Amino acid sequence: MTADLVEVDGLAVEFPGAGGVRAVDGLSFTLAPGGALALVGESGSGKSTVAGALLGLHRGTGALTSGTVRVGGTDVGSASARELRALRGAVAAMVFQDPLSSLDPYYAIGDQIAEVYRVHTRASRRAAGARAVEVLDRVGIPGAARRARSRPHEFSGGMRQRALIAMALACEPRLLIADEPTTALDVTVQAQILDLLHELREEAGMGLLLVTHDVGVAAESVDEVLVMKEGRQVERGPVGEVLRSPAHPYTKALLAAVPRVEAGSGVPRGSGSGGSGAVPAPAPAPSPPPAPSSGAVQGGALLEVSGLRREFGRGRDRVVAVDGVDLAVRPGDTLGIVGESGSGKTTLGRLLVRLLDPTSGRVHYDGREIGGLSERALRPYRRELQMVFQDPVASLNPRRSIGESIADPLRAAGTLDEAGVRRRVREALERVGLDPDRYDGHPHEFSGGQRQRVGIARALVAEPRVIVCDEPVSALDVTTQAQIVELLRGVQRDLGLALVFIAHDLAVVRQISDRVAVMRQGRIVEQGPVDQVYGAPRDPYTRRLLAAVPTLDPDLARARRTARKEPVPL
Amino acid sequence: MIRFTLQRLGGAVLVLLALSVLVFGLIWLAPGDPAKLACGDRCSPAQIAQVRERLGLNDAVLTRYADFVRGIVAGRDYSTGTGVLRCDAPCLGLSYRSDRQVTEVILERLPATASLALGAMVIWLAVGVGAGLLSALRRGGVTERAVTVLTLAATGVPVFILGLLLLMIVCAYLRWLPFPSYVPLSQDPEQWAWNMLLPWLTLGLFESAKYARLTRASTLETLAEDHIRTFRAYGVGERAIVGRHALRGAVPPVIALSALDVGTMFGGAVLTESLFGIPGLGKTLIDGVRVIDLPVVTGVVLVMGAAVVLANVVADLLYAAADRRVVLS
Repeated sequence: MTADLVEVDGLAVEFPGAGGVRAVDGLSFTLAPGGALALVGESGSGKSTVAGALLGLHRGTGALTSGTVRVGGTDVGSASARELRALRGAVAAMVFQDPLSSLDPYYAIGDQIAEVYRVHTRASRRAAGARAVEVLDRVGIPGAARRARSRPHEFSGGMRQRALIAMALACEPRLLIADEPTTALDVTVQAQILDLLHELREEAGMGLLLVTHDVGVAAESVDEVLVMKEGRQVERGPVGEVLRSPAHPYTKALLAAVPRVEAGSGVPRGSGSGGSGAVPAPAPAPSPPPAPSSGAVQGGALLEVSGLRREFGRGRDRVVAVDGVDLAVRPGDTLGIVGESGSGKTTLGRLLVRLLDPTSGRVHYDGREIGGLSERALRPYRRELQMVFQDPVASLNPRRSIGESIADPLRAAGTLDEAGVRRRVREALERVGLDPDRYDGHPHEFSGGQRQRVGIARALVAEPRVIVCDEPVSALDVTTQAQIVELLRGVQRDLGLALVFIAHDLAVVRQISDRVAVMRQGRIVEQGPVDQVYGAPRDPYTRRLLAAVPTLDPDLARARRTARKEPVPL
Repeated sequence: MIRFTLQRLGGAVLVLLALSVLVFGLIWLAPGDPAKLACGDRCSPAQIAQVRERLGLNDAVLTRYADFVRGIVAGRDYSTGTGVLRCDAPCLGLSYRSDRQVTEVILERLPATASLALGAMVIWLAVGVGAGLLSALRRGGVTERAVTVLTLAATGVPVFILGLLLLMIVCAYLRWLPFPSYVPLSQDPEQWAWNMLLPWLTLGLFESAKYARLTRASTLETLAEDHIRTFRAYGVGERAIVGRHALRGAVPPVIALSALDVGTMFGGAVLTESLFGIPGLGKTLIDGVRVIDLPVVTGVVLVMGAAVVLANVVADLLYAAADRRVVLS
């Protein structure tokens, strides 16, 4: 009857079992051929479940599905196994989030694409191999014929994602379903992948259903957005409209929580200033003010490193993770460190709190050189130099109560009696906004954001003077992320801490930092006050990073995409 | 790869050296007079003294150990009273009982042990991997339950009970086969196979249980991985998913464990060999212990150790070959 590519009507998916979850609850939408729709929502909103339902992937998993789903004319709910297989890959193809685990580690990439192609076309082995090379070439893999013989682990993250997209393209589907296709990637690579998706749509007239938690990614890629919360639609409309003037309070809150690189200052955006996505990007003005070029903050630095270097491995396998870094943090100051994966920022963070020994260089803390101290000599400093880790799940012992985990640094110091320890832990819990009576709760009883609060409490309880946070919010949803950033800011202000905030997300770093250092391949390419680095970046790499950050303004995104096209991206 | 192999082989030599010290020390500490044992019951004290001199038992223990190691590396000469007996490298000594070279005895017994181990491996790979795969694919069904019960039962039954049961049923009641007696492969391949059938089945079925469980676990693990979901989402049929992708992921641990097990069995599957009277290394060891033929015991233990150490190296190499992501270093 209609020519819609996707019709979803009253879709509900329930995962039975202990505390059975209704992941999707009465969702309806359509997607016209060649259209692009983003399902946007926080984790647990049911967006990925919808994507799976379009291909009937919940069949045989025990999930209860109701409502109708039609894709390219096939009723996914009632289709036979054979019809379903014909749909999958040929009519609608899915690009998964984690490109490494989504490919079979044992087979060459070209063979995996060829296998999918042969399933749907009965082409000869040779023809399928040729097709694999063709699509790999199309998605911009250099030397596709040779690289087709590589196994997934021999590809970089961005290349793997391209390979997955190539697999999706192999049978020329009419619908591409992309489930968080860029979440695992660095911003510059993310920009390339989003550009690629765009080109493919324009070229082949493919429909795109994008599933993402990142509003910016949606703004860059689609015509329409559907905001989901707890399995239901909250708001739906053209992307520009929804992002500029959201109608629903949830959408407003979501947008307000999104940190921005374009913001005029490091001041947090309160709720209500939500829709200011149209601020133009910083002009890459190459007019450097006479700012200090070395890392030294004039006077009063609590923690200062110079010529810091750290190598791993030896001989041919030697890697220089940190390569001559100069930095300084003052009490009451927040230093942001941004960089892409592999830039050495985590190693740097661990060197700063002396969890790692530097290969060479100086670590000056509170007027003393601690770079070369032995573990024993470092002990008095351990309490004052604390760290908050990225993964709040992995960095808490699941078998111990959170109170006990927080108490560890106190017990290690050994200066307080049992009652004193307990009192201090309760104070720390209160300070980070957790109920002190949950002292005896175990990590699994807490949400991701709460666990990160526990991690912060553990750092605070020892009354440190320096806290290094390594990607403290990258595992969290935007709204939670905003709360944690706010908490860190408050703690830092009240206690006058020197805070080092390490992240790959330029917007979050801008939000919290006073000064910022941009890291690349173990070196600091640029550092200075936040407004200067973001407003008038001097290093070309900084400019490239900033230009790759997704904007919330679809028009601006389009303009930037055109600009990016000029110098051909790798 | 080559560097890794050489390094590991170097390590193996060290392990074997340590093992030889241990065995040598244990035997030196053992009560009893080896010369008396070697000479027999009706020897006069003079004869015993002569034997002691001939075996070098009057030397200090360190000298004896040095002689022993030198014998392995370069060979050594024994005086027989009337002449000199040359024992070529690798010389593991002379048997107290027969005056035969231990190396010769071991080489003579090795084929029987090898036939048993390799044949059993074929059985456990076929039965164990097959059963494991089947139970992984028919999860929740009768097949799975049956396989689980059988594997548990097989693990619980000691190998000599299993062997006895097979002997009783197949040879005594059903009379499908005569009671097996070992026939060397070189003599009559057909007879060799028929006579080895029950030992193979005994050892193979016993080990199958372990392999069924391993295969089941690693297949289920692979089936739960993301890349399997990818191929399902691209319309690849279930048979190809299992045959090409799931099995491929399940195989490397099976191969690695097989290499280890075969290595251990090369040192002699003592119980099975004794039960079926297979003249392999295990039986040699038991016999050696019974008559306190110390050079034979030392030699066999060293060879067993060497087999296990080598099997470890081979297992690592096979694992790396099966999974190219593994970098050996």
